[in-house]
Amino acid sequence: MADYKDIIARYTAVPGGIIEAFHAIQKEMSYLPEEAIIAAAEAFKVPVAQAYGVATFYSYLSVKSRGKNVIRICESAPCHVAGAAEVVAALEKALGIKMGETTPDGKFTLEFTECVGQCQATPVITINGKPYGDVTPDKVAGILAAY
Amino acid sequence: MAEEMRVVLRNYGKIDPLNIDDYINAGGYKALEKARSMSQADVIAEVRKSNLRGRGGAGFNAGMKWNFAYGVQADQKYVICNADEGEPGTYKDRIIMENDPHAVFEGMAICGYAIGANKGYIYCRGEYPYVVDLLNQAIAQAKAKGVLGEFDIEVRMGAGAYVCGEETALIESIEGHRGEPRYKPPFPPVSGLWGKPTIVNNVETFANVAQIIEKGGDWYAGLGAASYPGTKVLTLTGDVVNRTVIEVPTNTTIREVIFGFGGGIRDGKKFKAVQIGGTSGGFIPESLLDTPIDFDSMTAIGAVLGSGAVFVMDETRDIVDVVERIAGFFEHESCGKCAPCREGTMRMYELMKKVKSGKGTVKDIELMKKLGGVMSVACLCGLGQAAPSPVLTTITHFRADYDAKLQ
Ligand SMILES: Cc1cc2nc3c(=O)[nH]c(=O)nc-3n(C[C@H](O)[C@H](O)[C@H](O)COP(=O)(O)O)c2cc1C
Ligand code: SF4
Ligand code: FES
Repeated sequence: MADYKDIIARYTAVPGGIIEAFHAIQKEMSYLPEEAIIAAAEAFKVPVAQAYGVATFYSYLSVKSRGKNVIRICESAPCHVAGAAEVVAALEKALGIKMGETTPDGKFTLEFTECVGQCQATPVITINGKPYGDVTPDKVAGILAAY
Repeated sequence: MAEEMRVVLRNYGKIDPLNIDDYINAGGYKALEKARSMSQADVIAEVRKSNLRGRGGAGFNAGMKWNFAYGVQADQKYVICNADEGEPGTYKDRIIMENDPHAVFEGMAICGYAIGANKGYIYCRGEYPYVVDLLNQAIAQAKAKGVLGEFDIEVRMGAGAYVCGEETALIESIEGHRGEPRYKPPFPPVSGLWGKPTIVNNVETFANVAQIIEKGGDWYAGLGAASYPGTKVLTLTGDVVNRTVIEVPTNTTIREVIFGFGGGIRDGKKFKAVQIGGTSGGFIPESLLDTPIDFDSMTAIGAVLGSGAVFVMDETRDIVDVVERIAGFFEHESCGKCAPCREGTMRMYELMKKVKSGKGTVKDIELMKKLGGVMSVACLCGLGQAAPSPVLTTITHFRADYDAKLQ
């Protein structure tokens, strides 16, 4: 795993690159640890509060520790009417956790998201950014088995 | 039945997006060459003559916008392609970028030449990491071929904030800040990214530009509806038979879209409502389905064309349930910078939850109407201004659904 300091160093020359750096750190660590945010603030020469402000503004960035695989379920209106609630129930049951929680083994986190732009195949979930469309409760086990 | 007309999606399914030679063999990058043989003013005049209006929602005349940036003296100017595409039910910009990335680059480079900018950014939403990869590969091919000349394009990735689609919030985000909209004026063509003159246009807007330069502004102005010419890429979702993407001339009616191209309502059910333009769009009842989809006709019926999302609901759908979900969306996506939106979206969501749970009263409906009216004028940016629209239009057109739940 790359050190967050090395990752940050790759972006300090990019104007406004702190968000790009956060993306890259999160790709490695699945969330933004406090030390990494402080290090980014130093590297980009902004107050720590400002770096925090950025990290907490965007729903894609998480300052809270998350599981290795982040499952997001779209709850926007088209997915909502297509049965997103049943998919939520099936995922919660399969993983034994509630939305917003992480499995005890640290493998999966469940989160809500708004539309991910795959609305030709509602309801939609994404796992680590990869979309799965036309999800039904009975497809859930098969999808999870790949992780 | 009316036919699809493919201007933006002219190469859809016909070329390999990751083979630049395919694009070039289909006539690509000729328009950029042609534009560079013209004067900057003539390029802008041609785009103005086409009456191309923004496809990102606000419908502003693209050539006119470019002219503002052209007229400002500055050591640096920027072109930004807005690929934030956060409107629920919308995925047309993804389809355009995935299938024909060079058409977008070519439009951006023509804009860059016209206004005097040598740097372009594509701000692509974080939900599309696979599109970011594809764009970066296609940019590398364009650089290797030298087709873009001095014009440089860089991709930046959004991070899951709907408000960042608003052009000044987007600019803040590229600068590495929280994506909060700026006070306007100054507008971006005068002072945008890092305070420099900046043109922000939607993906679909840029994808039209090369065709306009190639075939002429008069050709484009003659397509579709006179006041908003050309085509519109629409994405059909909800209870429609064909959940798909189509491109139609702008004088096509909503009825043709849903019952012609969309194949009607699923499972033999009846139509109840359609929401066009994304989640901030108005709800439209059966009686208004013969309205053409162009910007001005939609505005005239109290709806919007917006992003071109077409969300269809059948007779079994509970409008209050859907609108409550939408109110939750706005409560979540409000950036919190201004009080009318920060507080307003929260109260609106509370009231909708109350009505949905059967505890609402006629007084709550009146309160929502009043609150919505205030928000639409008092909020700082388009998010808060448009947020009450689903509530207000459904109270007007689908009042029975509300009444059935009131105490
Ligand atoms: C809350 C909000 C979200 C927006 N989202 C987008 C978007 O995702 N894509 C887009 O092109 N324009 C979006 N816009 C409109 C932009 O502010 C801007 O008008 C547009 O990018 C200009 O390009 P155009 O003239 O080519 O349409 C949004 C506006 C608001 C207020
Ligand atoms: S209207 Fe809403 S989203 Fe726009 S600036 Fe105000 S709080 Fe932020
Ligand atoms: S509405 Fe769920 S992916 Fe678009």
